[in-house]
Amino acid sequence: MTANSTHVLVVAELERGQVKGATLAAVACAQQIAQKTGGRFDILALGHETSSVGDALGKYGAGRVYLADSSDLKNPQADKASQVITQVAKTAGATVVIAASSTFSKDILPRVAAQLDAGMLTDVLSVTAEGNDWTLQRALFAGNVIATVALDGPVKVFTVRASAFAAPSPSSTASPVASVELNSAGQPNQIKFVSCDEKPSGRPDATEARIVVSGGRALKNSEDFERLIGGLADVLGAAVGSSRALVDAGITPNALQIGQTGKVVAPELYMALGMSGAIQHLAGMKDSKRIVAVNTDPEAPIFEVADYGLVGDVYQVVPELIQKLK
Amino acid sequence: MKFLVPLKRVFDPDTRIRLKADGSGVETDGVKYAINPFDAIALEEALRARDLHGSGEVVVVSIGSTDSQEQLRAGLAMGADRALLVRHEAEIDSLAVAKILAAVYKKEQPNLVLMGKQAIDDDSNQVGQMLAGLLGIGQATFISKLTLPADANEATCCRETDAGLEIVNVTLPAVITADLRLNEPRYVTALGIMKAKKKPLEELTPADLGVDATSRVRTLKLGLAPKRSAGIRVQSVDELLQKLRAETLIP
Ligand SMILES: Cc1cc2nc3c(=O)[nH]c(=O)nc-3n(C[C@H](O)[C@H](O)[C@H](O)COP(=O)(O)OP(=O)(O)OC[C@H]3O[C@@H](n4cnc5c(N)ncnc54)[C@H](O)[C@@H]3O)c2cc1C
Ligand SMILES: Nc1ncnc2c1ncn2[C@@H]1O[C@H](COP(=O)(O)O)[C@@H](O)[C@H]1O
Repeated sequence: MTANSTHVLVVAELERGQVKGATLAAVACAQQIAQKTGGRFDILALGHETSSVGDALGKYGAGRVYLADSSDLKNPQADKASQVITQVAKTAGATVVIAASSTFSKDILPRVAAQLDAGMLTDVLSVTAEGNDWTLQRALFAGNVIATVALDGPVKVFTVRASAFAAPSPSSTASPVASVELNSAGQPNQIKFVSCDEKPSGRPDATEARIVVSGGRALKNSEDFERLIGGLADVLGAAVGSSRALVDAGITPNALQIGQTGKVVAPELYMALGMSGAIQHLAGMKDSKRIVAVNTDPEAPIFEVADYGLVGDVYQVVPELIQKLK
Repeated sequence: MKFLVPLKRVFDPDTRIRLKADGSGVETDGVKYAINPFDAIALEEALRARDLHGSGEVVVVSIGSTDSQEQLRAGLAMGADRALLVRHEAEIDSLAVAKILAAVYKKEQPNLVLMGKQAIDDDSNQVGQMLAGLLGIGQATFISKLTLPADANEATCCRETDAGLEIVNVTLPAVITADLRLNEPRYVTALGIMKAKKKPLEELTPADLGVDATSRVRTLKLGLAPKRSAGIRVQSVDELLQKLRAETLIP
């Protein structure tokens, strides 16, 4: 096999008809691989009324942008979406299928890997590809261990941690857009979308924001959370996040959870307010560039990872911060 | 209804992870093991459904060394009816685990596979989706609520996604993976442990199931993640703001 047979297929993620920012990290990873192996990459987006997406995705030097557009893919479910991705991967001859890590890709890509009989890795941090020898790095044990692994087999599938790949470089020529032929008769129909309580919050997503203001169990109810954590986030133009303790208590929605089992973020600044710093929480934020911690307990483990620690009560410190930043 | 619940033997979530001196693996000396927390939640949900329906069977299955008997016994003590151990000592990746589970599924013919969304050691979050893909059946991942009437041919699931809570109906049989908020697993009682001793625990190998368990993922090296060192303590909000402004992190 020649080295330049590497052919990456990037699966894009759309949100309300727009390309999610994290997708660009997967595009950056694909550019790296294509460059190192002398191979190429394509991008595939699935959704409904996707025409504007073609232009947005066509700016990065992909050989082709595939659009799979159908009302069936409006809220893409794993049964149909995985079948479409598998079909495109096979017809395009993809040897690598990747996407940015998210609940969307984690739901669908393993199913694609099974259908392609491919080994898969989740949340890859870096890729070294030389010819057919690939080594990749990923975290284990709630981020405590970094494993260097080989991924064997003719087709490889993985998701990439968005914060580990810098924005992709734009290309001077637009990629050609191709629409994917969908045969709706042959599609599986085992999963039916009913609803999603997605509320546009007006605040950026924690995985894409420069600053994340995050609250823990110190916040006693959702009004306090909104007033203090939300209030500080708004004066900073930041995203909000929370520990699992608050999600469990029904104070914050699950989409705000940062950690081993929630979102993984690495902003320029992470403000950990009234949270202890459990290892499962650290797994989701300890790669942030700067960490601020505010906690009444001077011994709280969060101080061991904080660049700036302030022993204090969030009910006093946060209003003062908001007032002085206004 | 018949439920198949995979249980993985993992380090207790509170374990401080250390590496062996030669970097060949994670130090297991003195480590306490547990059922993967997400799997215990999946098992709890299956037990509740069985007991609510007033009939049915819950079969637990683990892939690993004979040590995994400990977690299977714990699952039986929680209330599962039967256990299967697929003995495999070597490194194994998600796809090979899913292939073994697919073979177990074909043998057992459950109505529902209820399992954890991720194993807290490898944090892969793959096996359930791969299993559904291999079997060509429906899936609902990361669920925090399950509605499963006894005679239904579909399950209503509330999924925890990055965007919010999504409701889907999935045709049975299906694979459903549990998130943390689905329920609080019961504790094992002394009576449960007594009863578990008499429950069947069958052992087999991947070869018995006709599965090639070769792993496509091969670990080459493990290292501890770089540690952050503690920075400084500031004494006031003003000092904090001054530090953050000095680094142009805030306006
Ligand atoms: C399998 C598994 C997965 C998990 N996944 C996650 C995950 O993804 N994300 C996650 O966050 N957790 C996760 N957890 C839970 C985690 O172990 C902790 O229980 C959780 O992170 C604790 O949240 P907390 O820090 O807000 O609460 P606590 O640990 O209760 O900490 C509250 C802190 O607030 C301080 N405090 C109290 N009042 C004030 C005040 N007025 N002002 C300032 N400080 C105050 C206290 O000193 C304390 O340090 C997981 C656990 C398990 C077992
Ligand atoms: N060795 C194993 N034995 C039994 N179940 C497993 C095993 N490995 C993974 N699983 C199941 O697959 C789920 C997801 O695991 P993973 O994809 O490795 O994160 C776990 O929660 C278990 O239910």
